[in-house]
Amino acid sequence: MSYEIVARPHQQNFIDWAKDKPEVLVLSADLTNSCEVGKWRDTYPERFFSMGMAEQNMMGMAAGLAREGFEPWLHTFSVFLYRRPLDQLQMSIAYPALKVRLVGFLPGIMTPGGVTHQAIEDIAILRSIPNMTVLEVGDATEAQSVLDVAHAVEGPVYIRMLRGEVSRIFPADEPFVLNKARILSVGTDITLITSGMATEEALRAIPLLQERGISISHLHVSTLKPFTDPQVVAALKSAKHGVITMENHSIIGGLGSAVAEVMAENAVGVPLQRIGLNDTYAHGASQKYLMAEYEMDAATLVKRVEKAIGRQLNIDESELQEQRSVSVHSSAKVEAL
Amino acid sequence: MSENSTNVVKEIERVATGIRLRVLAHTLSNNGGYMSQACSSAELLASLYAGILNFSPTGQPIDPPSFLGVPSIGTDFYQTGAQFHGEKGAEYDRLISSPAHYALVIYAALIETGRLREDGLEHFNRDGSTVEMIGAEHSPGFETTTGSLAQALSQAGGIALARKIRKEKGRTWVFMSDGEFQEGQTYEALQAAAFHGLSNLRVIVDVNKAQCDGPMDSVMSIEPLSQRIEAFGWEVSVVDGHDIPALLSAASRTTSTPHMILCYTDPVRGLPILAERAPVLHYLRFTSTEEHDRYEKAYQEMVK
Repeated sequence: MSYEIVARPHQQNFIDWAKDKPEVLVLSADLTNSCEVGKWRDTYPERFFSMGMAEQNMMGMAAGLAREGFEPWLHTFSVFLYRRPLDQLQMSIAYPALKVRLVGFLPGIMTPGGVTHQAIEDIAILRSIPNMTVLEVGDATEAQSVLDVAHAVEGPVYIRMLRGEVSRIFPADEPFVLNKARILSVGTDITLITSGMATEEALRAIPLLQERGISISHLHVSTLKPFTDPQVVAALKSAKHGVITMENHSIIGGLGSAVAEVMAENAVGVPLQRIGLNDTYAHGASQKYLMAEYEMDAATLVKRVEKAIGRQLNIDESELQEQRSVSVHSSAKVEAL
Repeated sequence: MSENSTNVVKEIERVATGIRLRVLAHTLSNNGGYMSQACSSAELLASLYAGILNFSPTGQPIDPPSFLGVPSIGTDFYQTGAQFHGEKGAEYDRLISSPAHYALVIYAALIETGRLREDGLEHFNRDGSTVEMIGAEHSPGFETTTGSLAQALSQAGGIALARKIRKEKGRTWVFMSDGEFQEGQTYEALQAAAFHGLSNLRVIVDVNKAQCDGPMDSVMSIEPLSQRIEAFGWEVSVVDGHDIPALLSAASRTTSTPHMILCYTDPVRGLPILAERAPVLHYLRFTSTEEHDRYEKAYQEMVK
């Protein structure tokens, strides 16, 4: 399966989208071009505010602007939005439920920047914060349509964003809908729930699994909080042999945990296997390398399905759909880390 | 000094005396209170509320509402202590109080200036009340939640930036305590306010040199404070925080940069007996009936 590759899906889309929304401001912390808002800054210089490498203050300034009726969209790497300035995010923004949008780039192991740059527990932390809405985009269509979704939320929103060369997996006319999973396939043996870039990875293996006669319900989840979509409950209940989650995050507190909570609350009595970082930090290396090293790739998914159904499927790794790899020096992400 | 300004100073003096008396009376009846903060900041807060700030009037003193609930999405209420500062307006000033531990002192200032009902302190620290011990944004006189200290200046910076974008005439004032200059965020906020040219942002600081663990010099020194702040691109005025004309004069300065008034104060001013508790002055709880009685006597002397 090959997808249309969209270069810098956020860059021009966000400019066009913000044109008739004078209340929308951008606050940036020295990663402006790296977050595809350099052109936005040049287009709307009166609405762009450089906050420097000072995220704690950026949270407070955003809170003050939001209290005055503006809608600040903070752009930086995911990891810098919740680790250092967590108290400010909670007390200045989340407690008063202000309309601040936190757009976090390079989530999980998508950055070769190593542990300091890898947001691996952001969903866990932000999901536990009252008043927060937590979103994660899985392709170019979602990266572009998430703007309307976040804009409509009467409270703070965290977006795990994609940048650079991004596949368009979902049709451009099927936008992101809050708290509504995308049903990618329907089946009864296994229910697979994936999020973010893990969806594209899972899709490398799914046709092969289906060819081997495995009946799979595959749901792509892009709203991590709230997590009350009845389609998810229905899909979990339909799984005969087990549920598998797959995410670009720690298996603690993210999608896997959210699914476990729903399964327990709904008495879904099949085993759950969570694919993701298994309570470990990662290090600086390519996404492809890290996904294999930490067993977050399509080959891992095949093994987990085999475990769930209790038999070997004899799928050779060479049979898996070719993994799309983007050069570190791709022209679509000219900016440094 | 003109007759008008003499009257203003007299009114501020009355308010300052009233703040100390109310906080002491409350401390006596509740066997505890933030007394040294009242002693150090009485003239500062009285000058703000009765002289410096251009607030819209509230009409009658307001009865503090019961606590309705925390802000949350989908609820149709939002409680703000800013209502005690009158209606918001482009021409009016705003006051963001940063050290939420001064809540009792701020409530006393609101009562003395006719914004909070005189019996408002009866709700202090009572379950279900908004008159909380550590003020939050629903508490009288507060509009942000800054009990985790040093977060107000950034938020006020955002408010001042919004008001600058809208070309509003009113100034955004921040009341801070000196301990907050130990937090790194304060310096991030200083640099951002200067960088974005927020000349409508005005900060007034109670430099009482005391914090929870004791004298600031023994905990973490922040001096030379005025040089530090000037180096970040701010105009700084240094005044005796009990000298009302000096406070008013500093507050009337117009600057092209953000402006900060450092008020050096005495944490036992007006209640010398409190000096016995030095070096730890953060919170006054009586250790014996005998001590309570001596403070009671001091109170009787003060009301004479």
